Parts: sequence; C-alpha cells; structure tokens
Amino acid sequence: MKANYGYKDGSGEFFITIDTDKCNSCGDCAKVCPPKVIVMITNDYDEVVPAVAEEHRKKIKYDCAPCKPVSGPRNLPCVAACKPVAIVHSW
Amino acid sequence: MITAGIDIGAKTVKVVVLKDGKVAGKAIDLSGFDQRGTSDRLFRKALAEAGADIKDVRMIVATGAGKGEFPHANDPVTEVTADARGANVIHPKGRTVISVGAEEGRAIRTDAQGRVVDFAVNEKCAAGAGAFTESMARALELKVEDLGPLSLQSTNAVPMNAQCAVFAESEVVSLVHAGTSKQDISRAIHDAIASRISSMARRISVENDVVLIGGVAKNKGFVESLKRDLATEVFVPQDPEFISALGAAHIAFEKASKQGGN
Amino acid sequence: MVEFWRWKEYRWTAPDADWKNAGIISCGIDVGSVSSQAVIMTDGNLYAYSNMRTGSNSPDSARRALDWALEGTGLKQENMHFIVGTGYGRINIPFANKAITEIACHARGANFMYGPTVRTVLDMGGQDCKAIRCDEKGKVTAFLMNDKCAAGTGRGMEVFADLLQVHIEEVGDLSFKVDKEPPPVSSTCVVFAKSEASALLRKGVPKNEVLAAYCSAMAHRIFSLLERLGVEKDFGITGGISKNRGVVDRLTKELGITSLTPRYDPQVAGGVGAALFAKSLVEKQRAGQVAR
Repeated sequence: MKANYGYKDGSGEFFITIDTDKCNSCGDCAKVCPPKVIVMITNDYDEVVPAVAEEHRKKIKYDCAPCKPVSGPRNLPCVAACKPVAIVHSW
Repeated sequence: MITAGIDIGAKTVKVVVLKDGKVAGKAIDLSGFDQRGTSDRLFRKALAEAGADIKDVRMIVATGAGKGEFPHANDPVTEVTADARGANVIHPKGRTVISVGAEEGRAIRTDAQGRVVDFAVNEKCAAGAGAFTESMARALELKVEDLGPLSLQSTNAVPMNAQCAVFAESEVVSLVHAGTSKQDISRAIHDAIASRISSMARRISVENDVVLIGGVAKNKGFVESLKRDLATEVFVPQDPEFISALGAAHIAFEKASKQGGN
Repeated sequence: MVEFWRWKEYRWTAPDADWKNAGIISCGIDVGSVSSQAVIMTDGNLYAYSNMRTGSNSPDSARRALDWALEGTGLKQENMHFIVGTGYGRINIPFANKAITEIACHARGANFMYGPTVRTVLDMGGQDCKAIRCDEKGKVTAFLMNDKCAAGTGRGMEVFADLLQVHIEEVGDLSFKVDKEPPPVSSTCVVFAKSEASALLRKGVPKNEVLAAYCSAMAHRIFSLLERLGVEKDFGITGGISKNRGVVDRLTKELGITSLTPRYDPQVAGGVGAALFAKSLVEKQRAGQVAR
C-alpha cells in the first residue's frame, strides 16, 4: 500500500509517502525521527508499518522543517535509515 | 534629492518619500478595489507632506504583491529585498527579518549591509499570515486590534488543533461554547500563528538580532507569542508596516545617488 | 436566518427485506466531523441506514444515528452481531466492538457500491478529501487524505454557498446556468478565494458565474490531488460533494473518465464498509469457535 500522509494547501504540497509493500517493519525510521513525526503502527490489515503520527499530519511542513533547511545540507534521517527505500518526501 | 518607495500590499498601500535619504513624508491606506488609483493618490499625499513636487522625484521603487500596478515606478524590487533593506536602515544590528503582512509571511536572513543571504516565504495560505488573525477576530466578533491586548491578559495556554483558517474559525466558536475565555482564545490564536511563523524562520536559522516588520507586528499579542516561541528578543520598529516601503525608498536613493547629479 | 449551507437528514429501510431470516446482522457506524451514518446489513446486504448531522460529541452522534437506522425495523442494538466504528469519531463510540480507519472502510464500501471493478475512489467529505486506490477485494493499495486545508472539502463549498446566499444543494445546477465557463478562482486558500469572489461580485460578475469559477477551482484542486495518486478505472465518487455535479462534472471532464453510478447512496459508503468489516469479523469469530 502506498500511504500518503500530509496535505496540499495554498502554499504547496507536503506529503510523506510510505510504501508498506516495500517496508520490512524494522522500525529504524521511527527511531531516528527527531520530532517523532514517524511512528510504527499496526494498520487495518494487521501489518506493522510506519505512519505519520496523527498529531503531526496537518503540520508536517512545519514539523519536518528542522530536517529541511532552506540552504545547506538536506538530511532526512527517516529516508536515510530506510534500507528498502520505502519513504519519500514530496517537498 | 527626492526619492520614493511604494509598497502595494494585498490589503494596504504604503508610500515613503525621502529627502536626501531622510524620511520626509509617508502615507498609508487600504488598497481597495482600485490599487492603481489608491497608489497614485497616496503617492501625491506623501509628496505633499514632504513639500515636494512630482517633477522633483528622482527615483521611485515599487514593491509588494501589486508592484506592477504603479506606472510611475522606475524599477520594482522583490518584497524580500525591500524588507531586508528597510529593516537594516532602522535596526542595523538586525540579521533576521520576519515580515508578516495580510496575505504573506516571510523570514529573511541578512548581512550587515542589509543584503539578503537566505529567505523563506509562506504565501497563498491564510494560516501563516495576517488574514488568519482577521478571520479569528471575526469568529470572536471582535476587532482585530482588540486581540493583542486581550491575549496579554490570558492565564492559560489553550492548544488549537486546526491548521487552516476556515477550520480554526469553527474551533474558535467551539472554544467559546465550551466557556474558554476570550483572553485565552486570543492567546491560542497568536500562539498558533507564531508557531507557524517561527518554524518557517528556523528553516533559514535564526540569528540575532531579530527584527519583526509588517502590519501584524503591531499586534502585541502576536509579538509576545513569537518571542516565546523563538526564545529570543524581537525588535519591533515604530510603524512596522512602513518598513518595506522605507526599504524601497532607500534602494531608490542609492540608485539615484550612483547615477550622480542632485 | 436562512442557513444556506444546511442539508437534509434522512433514513432508509430495504423495502422487501426481513432481518429475521438473516444469519449475520452487522452494523457500521461512520461518525464524520459533519455527518454521521449508521448502516445495518443482513448477510452482507444493505438493510437500513440513517444519515444525520454530527452533534457536539461522538458517542451521542453514533447513538442517535444507530437509533434512527433501527427505527421501525423491529431490530434492537442487541440484535447486532458486531458493530464497527469508523470516521473521525471512531475511537469515541463506546458500543462499537472495533474501530477501523475510514480509508479501509471507504475502499471496502466502494467495492460493494460499485462492484469489484472499482479501482479508484474519491471521497469528498465535509471536512476532508480522500482518494483511495483498491484491488478487486476492496483492499487499499494506495491512499491520500487531506483534512488540513478546507479547500476541496464540503466546508469550502459551504463558505461559498453562504457568501453567495445559495442553497448548498442548488450550487451544482446553478453553476451550469452561465453564458460561458469563467476562469477558475485563482486562490486555493478558501479565505483568499472568498476575497476574490467578493471582488468579482462587486465588479458585477453574476452569482452563477462566481459559483462556476469556484466549482471549477475545486474540481481542479481535487484533480491535482488525484494526479499524485494516479487514477485507474473504474472510478467512483462518494461523500457529500458527490451530489454536487458542478464539481463532479468538471472533475470527470478534466480527468477524461466518467465516474460510475453507485448502486446505493454514496453518502453511506464508509458505513457500508464498516458493516462489511463487521460481517467478516463475525465470520472469523464463528470459524474460530468451530475450529476450537
């Protein structure tokens, strides 16, 4: 399943896509996420996969901002930690 | 030498006229439905205040979302450039400029000369701009000017969940129904917008001094929330809504000076 | 004061059905931020449902929706073998046996409403917009949900209905009563779009044209969300906005595919999905008991 968490508003599109079919359920992405935007859940089909925590879903543009400085190196720990490349940020 | 800066914003138009680099006249009014007419009228008004005639004006620089609406302007500059320049004139120690207008929020890092080093903009979404506080004031049936003083009297930090001005209006109404005081709601409103503005500012890494400009800077409740969120002092110049126009006027002055003559 | 954004509540019972012969009576309750539905199914067939406005709290809204769906059927809550709660208020339904996300329920419900060929479902609710892709069993293969921003949701349309003083149910038809299709409202943000619309009205642009400009802006916004997900046929639209052809017709035109006609009321798709999950859970329980 491609789970797209986030939103599109007047200022842009801000989605984190998690491909649960690629995910190996290791949980590393959740461990390395500084603001705990990414958490592990058991979804409706009983798979243990990462998801964007409910309380962050409407503000990932802001909550993910520390990992996305305007200039300088861009370091997304969740993406870097995911060996099967199951996490993509849209912005 | 007479130079002028005009900032044609989404909600208001501001004009600053300089005589030899010093402020000699200024004017502000709502943009209305005829930005061009309003701009022209305010330009003449500020000139009159400076005791200058239109033919004396050496250079005019326009900025703001409607900068193309002023045919007299010699040159437009971006809002970011004008903000940075204006803030530097008024507070030379400033390195971070936060500008919050009716429809846009901007965070700019500048060097000692007021040149732009880095910037981030939140546009086209009311949640990160002055339009947010205006919508909330409407929901509370208050004037937007009243929100600031009210929020300074707040005793409780109440969280707001909605990130959209439209949904936040409903949330404010529910808070009223739940018996939350208008003081606490006002603070919640300012905390909400301040947290969005400060996370935008952190993307360009905040460096002291922080200068806050734009119409929303007049709202003391918002200023307090922003200070709290950034955990640093925030300098608000007098007449913060004119700083961008002031920056444009100084850019005009420098350009005209380089061209020589008087 | 006339509240132009208001819509009518309703309930329905299958005309020739009798629940007394049913092996499994399952129930799904979808408590949304604006409306709540209770759906009762007998052996996987739609038996009765209600659609009401959500009140100030989820437990009461769920209770009222269920009571109304049961009304006149002779059924009682204790006759339900399993109740699944879904929607925004799903975790606050004390009498539900399980909570399942609205994404999973909508996919399953769409599979029932449109048949197993449906691959993409768009649900346009009161305060959110969901796009879901699913397989032939109604299992989600991809989804996207936007509940942060009012643009593209029923709430955005309500703001416009109110501004233009048009009944929400008439918006779609009126938006086609124009001499020519106007350009869409340029602002995405509802607050800014509202200012834009006020400016148009003051310039003397007719009301219907302003409605058309907003419907087409909304259609385009939803189109761009669907592009992220990719649209595969067959395509179905559910939720409150699915009844607004001002948005739906413009959207399907832009997509270049028509939407399926649902066999039942698309407003209750989430509740139907929940009731179907409830039925499967009963079957699972019973199979487990036999095995033991």
